[in-house]
Amino acid sequence: MTTPAETTGNSEGTPAQPDETPVRGLWRQGVEVFCENRLALVGLAMFVVLAAVCFLGPLFYHTDQVHTDLAAVHLSPGTDGHPLGTDGVGYDQLGRLMLGGQTSIIVGLAAGILATVVGTVWGAIAGFAGGWVDAAMMRLVDAMMSIPSLFLFMLLAAIVTPSVSMLIVIIGAFAWLGPARLVRGEALSLRSREYIQAMRSMGGTGGRAVRRHIIPNAIGTVIVNATFQVADAILYVAYLSFLGLGVPPPAANWGGMLSDGLADTFSGHWWLLYPPGIAIILIVLAFNFIGDGLRDAFEVRLRRR
Amino acid sequence: MSAPIDTAPHDGAPGDSGESRPLLRLRHLSTDIALRRGTVHALDDVNLEVRPGETLGIVGESGSGKTMTALSVMGLLPSGGSVVGGEILFEGRDLRSLPPDEVRRIRGVRMGMVFQDPLTSLNPTMRIGTQVAEPLRVHEGVGKAEARARAIEMLRRVGMPRPDKIVDDYPHQLSGGMRQRVAIAMALICSPRLLIADEPTTALDVTTQRQILELIDDLREEFGMAVILVTHDLGVIAGRADRVAVMYAGRVVETAPTAQLFASPRHRYTEALMESLPESVTQETGARGRLYSIPGLPPDLSRPLNGCRFAPRCRFAAPECHTTEVPLSAGEHRYACLHPVTATTTATTVRAVPVSPPAEEPEAAPEPILSVRGLVKDYGATTGGLLRRASGQVSAVAGVSFEVRPGETFGLVGESGCGKSTVGRLVVGLEKPTDGQIVLDGTDIATLSHRERRRTHRQVQLMFQDSYAAMNPRMRVDAILAEPLEIQQVGDPSARRARITALLDQVGLSRRVLERYPHEFSGGQLQRLGLARALALRPRLIVGDEPVSALDVSIQAQVLNLMRDLQRELGLAYVFISHDLSVVDYMADRIGVMYLGKLVEVGPAHDVVRAARHPYTQALIDAVPSAAPGRAAPRENITIRGELPSALNPPTGCRFRTRCPIAEQICETEPPLAGDLHQVACHFPLRPEPGTTAAPTG
Repeated sequence: MTTPAETTGNSEGTPAQPDETPVRGLWRQGVEVFCENRLALVGLAMFVVLAAVCFLGPLFYHTDQVHTDLAAVHLSPGTDGHPLGTDGVGYDQLGRLMLGGQTSIIVGLAAGILATVVGTVWGAIAGFAGGWVDAAMMRLVDAMMSIPSLFLFMLLAAIVTPSVSMLIVIIGAFAWLGPARLVRGEALSLRSREYIQAMRSMGGTGGRAVRRHIIPNAIGTVIVNATFQVADAILYVAYLSFLGLGVPPPAANWGGMLSDGLADTFSGHWWLLYPPGIAIILIVLAFNFIGDGLRDAFEVRLRRR
Repeated sequence: MSAPIDTAPHDGAPGDSGESRPLLRLRHLSTDIALRRGTVHALDDVNLEVRPGETLGIVGESGSGKTMTALSVMGLLPSGGSVVGGEILFEGRDLRSLPPDEVRRIRGVRMGMVFQDPLTSLNPTMRIGTQVAEPLRVHEGVGKAEARARAIEMLRRVGMPRPDKIVDDYPHQLSGGMRQRVAIAMALICSPRLLIADEPTTALDVTTQRQILELIDDLREEFGMAVILVTHDLGVIAGRADRVAVMYAGRVVETAPTAQLFASPRHRYTEALMESLPESVTQETGARGRLYSIPGLPPDLSRPLNGCRFAPRCRFAAPECHTTEVPLSAGEHRYACLHPVTATTTATTVRAVPVSPPAEEPEAAPEPILSVRGLVKDYGATTGGLLRRASGQVSAVAGVSFEVRPGETFGLVGESGCGKSTVGRLVVGLEKPTDGQIVLDGTDIATLSHRERRRTHRQVQLMFQDSYAAMNPRMRVDAILAEPLEIQQVGDPSARRARITALLDQVGLSRRVLERYPHEFSGGQLQRLGLARALALRPRLIVGDEPVSALDVSIQAQVLNLMRDLQRELGLAYVFISHDLSVVDYMADRIGVMYLGKLVEVGPAHDVVRAARHPYTQALIDAVPSAAPGRAAPRENITIRGELPSALNPPTGCRFRTRCPIAEQICETEPPLAGDLHQVACHFPLRPEPGTTAAPTG
């Protein structure tokens, strides 16, 4: 009307503040926060080193992990050609650690991811649908959770012949219960959010709500949980192998090696016991550190100024 | 009122006479808050004083530092916050230099604080009595029985009904207004010299707000204490405070006795703030022109600032304003402005006549775009537990009928819990009515198939109170704005992109915002985005559920202006839902007043606000604090006591009769909504409907 500020019409109060700061994607902000967490970086480094040793190591350090060599059993570390010694059937311990690490990491990652994906979808649908659908879906989860998982693993492992892919399926088939519960709780609170209502008032469907709104907003919880799932899966492989239900020889994994080494506890063959045990601890610790860092990263991304 | 005339700023030296010595004096107070992204200088060189027995109002927009001032005095700064400079002189002693134990005693016994949200300031697991008496037990070591007796006495003095019973209740058993009374009782139990009330009524309804403000006033006289009333609402200040301090960007920009400040504000910011009030326009002319809105946003306090902090947004800023530090002037009316308002440069005097012609053009009334008939919505209330027995019906909406014509704004007013939001949700199809019709553009949406109903969403869109909550925080703005188009399958991606940029232009946002996320925007910008999204499908009707209630006055004016501009441009109709009568009065052509699920009065906005026929409407109008102190002077007006009855078992007949000052036997039967243009549902309307000769047909 009469003052200059009024006549600018719709452009009055055009944002000045956001334009001053450079556009930064949520991912970049998240990465920055993740990097601020020292332990998370340590965890990431530990994982990268362990994976590199296991998968790239055999390319430079050739050992025979198929044929036993009874002439060279229980050689102590430092023996020529065997930096970590040999085990009870003459396999090179360092080479075996690499081979066993491959199995543990592959099974752990694959089973963890499988469990997370299945659990997330299951939980998101149950939580969003609510009512009897939710009740039916979650009672199934409760029922399965009430059975001790180790008992089930043993049962299944005794029925089917364990192989790497079988282990993935067996562990994944039970590990998804945790993420399902978690995501269902998250979905329950997310579905009453106003942006879901806004979407509905535009005529959006339930499928869209789950796909575009619920799962993306639960993703922080999901990914953090996924790292712990991977760590758990690695431990499960170790348990099963420790109980003699892991992949059959000559394939190896850390849990199995630990189990074999236990027999030698009192014969002074410490190099059969400590290396696989430490390797398991390190990789589980690495994933837990990464999980903590990711949790911070996802939290900060949503913090309002 | 009885504020001593005390012009010369003195030092508070021990030799001062007790009468004029300020109770609390802040000298050059500076407070910093360390955040992730840097240090925010929340308070910078704040000078204030409170004299014994007076009420000092501190007013300002969010981020102005008014709450930080209160928290600095009480030592309740958030983590990372600390007082970095200046003095807090309480009864002549600097709280910053006293030993911590002494300070704790002073703050606990000599001062009391009331917070904004009575729900979160009370411990839900403690009984009321224990909670109220806690300061006594801590600071005076009083025994249990005596503490209880004194708690009951205190509760009685704050006007709690049956205090001897309520002491044993838990906070969740009380209503919002009652909880705030408890919070006040808690603050007063040690008979403090100073009560700090931080937005004590912002979370409450207007009728309750009035009761609480009157209570604080009465108690101030009774206890002879001083009160600091911190609020964003100029109206609350105008009626209650003796002196007012206006804060902006961490500084006090103007202080003056209340009447003087409202009659002749000197600082340009104060002036602009008053002009941003919707009532400033409606009161003067009765018709509605554009509101003055302060352009831009308050400055970022984490950066170094030079000169007058308001200069970048000021209409009258001269080059020196940006560079010169402006101190407060001396005297009773102090202000920090180089070019203060004088009689000749008052901006209000040059306000032109409204550009928009009055809405009451006597053209043939067009077909209504929305027609709501006998709308009913009940919610089944269930008791908790395994069996979920239905324990009754909550009657949220009980037979509401109204019409909205194209290009018209229909305002829906009422206190919280009256069902106005439910009506909005029913109209946009978020919920299904229990009974009644919603006729949209000639078709009853209840009769439509599922698919057809989804298409009706193109016609009606919803605008939320909190647009931040209504936007997926993980979606960028471009995805947020494209969502309605995707859902309704309008156009291809490039057409959608073009539509989105056009929308941004319409709401006055730059195109760069497309790559940003919701948390990067301020409240006003978010509200613009919310409006843009609501407009995406080219609807004919927008339901705004409290669209400006969460905004500061100056930002609110920006959004209101924008909504009106777009209405004129696009021929939109609005259903404007708000608890704020002055905003609705400014925006709406017609107003419907709701009480407990029923419309009690419907009529042209001007008539409803200025010649209310229903006693409830009149009570609502009288309860709204006005920024014009003269208007708030005591006069014969209708006050209602008590609180909204439960909708679980609403009163029979006229639902207002339980609180109505003029109710009689006949009110137990339900009054129909009677009248021609200005309808009212009351057996004893306050005034007859004005001559119906001017009524257009229809």
